[in-house]
Amino acid sequence: MAQNYYQKEIETMPVEEMKKLQSEKLVKQVKHVYENVPYYRNLMDEKGVTPDDIKGIEDLHKLPFLTKADLRDAYPYGLLAKPLEDCVRIHSTSGTTGRRVVAFYTQNDVDLWDDCCARAIVAVGGSKKDVCQVAYGYGLFTGGFGLNGGAHKVGCLTLPMSSGNTERQIQFMTDLQATILCCTPSYAAYIGESLKEQGYKPEDIPLKAGIFGAEPWTEEMRKGIEETLGIKAYDIYGLTESTGPGVAFECSEQAGMHINEDHFFAEIIDPDTGEVLPEGSKGELVFTSLDKEAFPLLRYRTRDICVLSRKKCSCGRTLVKMAKPMGRTDDMLIIRGVNVFPSQIETVLLKEGYEPNYQIIVDRVNNNDTFEVNVEMTADKFTDKVSDILSMERSLADAMKIMLGINPKVHLVAPKSIARSEGKAVRVIDKRKLI
Amino acid sequence: MAIKQLTVFVENKQGALVSITETLSQNNINLRALSIAETQDFGILRLIVNDEATAEKILSESGYLIKITDVVGVKIGDAPGKLTEALKVLDENKINMEYLYAFMARTEKHAYVVIRVEDNAEAEKVLEDAGFHLITEADICKL
Repeated sequence: MAQNYYQKEIETMPVEEMKKLQSEKLVKQVKHVYENVPYYRNLMDEKGVTPDDIKGIEDLHKLPFLTKADLRDAYPYGLLAKPLEDCVRIHSTSGTTGRRVVAFYTQNDVDLWDDCCARAIVAVGGSKKDVCQVAYGYGLFTGGFGLNGGAHKVGCLTLPMSSGNTERQIQFMTDLQATILCCTPSYAAYIGESLKEQGYKPEDIPLKAGIFGAEPWTEEMRKGIEETLGIKAYDIYGLTESTGPGVAFECSEQAGMHINEDHFFAEIIDPDTGEVLPEGSKGELVFTSLDKEAFPLLRYRTRDICVLSRKKCSCGRTLVKMAKPMGRTDDMLIIRGVNVFPSQIETVLLKEGYEPNYQIIVDRVNNNDTFEVNVEMTADKFTDKVSDILSMERSLADAMKIMLGINPKVHLVAPKSIARSEGKAVRVIDKRKLI
Repeated sequence: MAIKQLTVFVENKQGALVSITETLSQNNINLRALSIAETQDFGILRLIVNDEATAEKILSESGYLIKITDVVGVKIGDAPGKLTEALKVLDENKINMEYLYAFMARTEKHAYVVIRVEDNAEAEKVLEDAGFHLITEADICKL
């Protein structure tokens, strides 16, 4: 593939020059945070670090970490670095115990994010001649708006489909000759199966490329999607805390994702000691925003286990690459693209008067995640009427849906029937084998 | 007046029911009537036994989820249309039934119907007014 770049100068910048750029940005970013975010200033003061100690990217390790717990404690405005009147949008993702994470964006933050997504679209061969179908959810979730913004920047004709309504997706895809599809990999697989059922052969489908992220997927799944849709399928990485999709993106090499490191500096640390590990080591991925205005996060621990590589890439980009995340250092699950923490289930159960004894069973059937929660029936809720018990299951599922944003199937089971190993309950059974 | 029904939560698992009936028989509990309501996930076993207090105790101790529910027991004649007569009385009085099950008497020529309603006293009154004979805990013990 002939290589095109959205911002060639940045994307192919010599490493030393990039380091200089990152250093300049970091010094400013740290000052901005220190002056405007009392929460982080306190963390720095506690550690005895001042903005003057940060003279370049090599000093980054001196700064304290931020975790999801900090985001929860600081909710909603505690990490905001700009007056609200300068902010134009929020996005949100679920937090560990019910409090959601809310990220704020100024217009510059949105532009920066859109640029990142535009780089991803151009990297898969996208140009203004393309028709880009965005089938990620639009709303608090960052997927839809992120890729939408990127497609605009590239100049694609953008189809803001949002997720769901597969019939309509297929109608627009075929009638308007969509060439790039952006959605979760499981939804791409589902659209592919639906097209196949309707008799479409890969060569009849107008798509040429797909950008699929927001949930873990395997090489086997990639092959399957590529074959059914007759496209090249590319991964994209991001997190709401940093900005959304586009923090890193795959290129024609389809082996690892280039991090937009002029905006997001990546470190790999030992999750136990917090020590920075050398390139090529496996550890926890930590991101530092370098030029965000409203919601700059310094040394945010993603909990994703990952490896970074600066090996020369055939696409010509010099941006550091991250491998597909290989797991988590916490117990977060990604189900249908949504972050789910087992502790959230626990919160719901306690609120609804059940024992915090549960088991989450996740599987992938026909490329769709199934999500079941077994909950132990309690003596005082037990009744002789089936209809009462069924409605208990429904209202528990509803309460979980409010907490998580996705609908589980709840099963009430007998007390003490949830398997325990070595005295500790097995909370999660993930049968998807994605990693 | 109402009779006591033992309700047991049964997991939809191989052998779940057997272990309950076995536990009861080992403790000399005699079953008079039973019914099971089942869904995909679980079953609700409803029992009329000769000694519900002991049955409740031993099943609870074995870790089962138990509830004692008051239900209405009616004696009806063993002939076509007799159940309909009883049900009509409830229907005419707009009494909603949650469920019912029936069992035959061993010697006498009649059947017993166990009926679950919201308001036992009201159901019992309308049935008695219509001439039906209600059964009591004492009747159950004698069965």
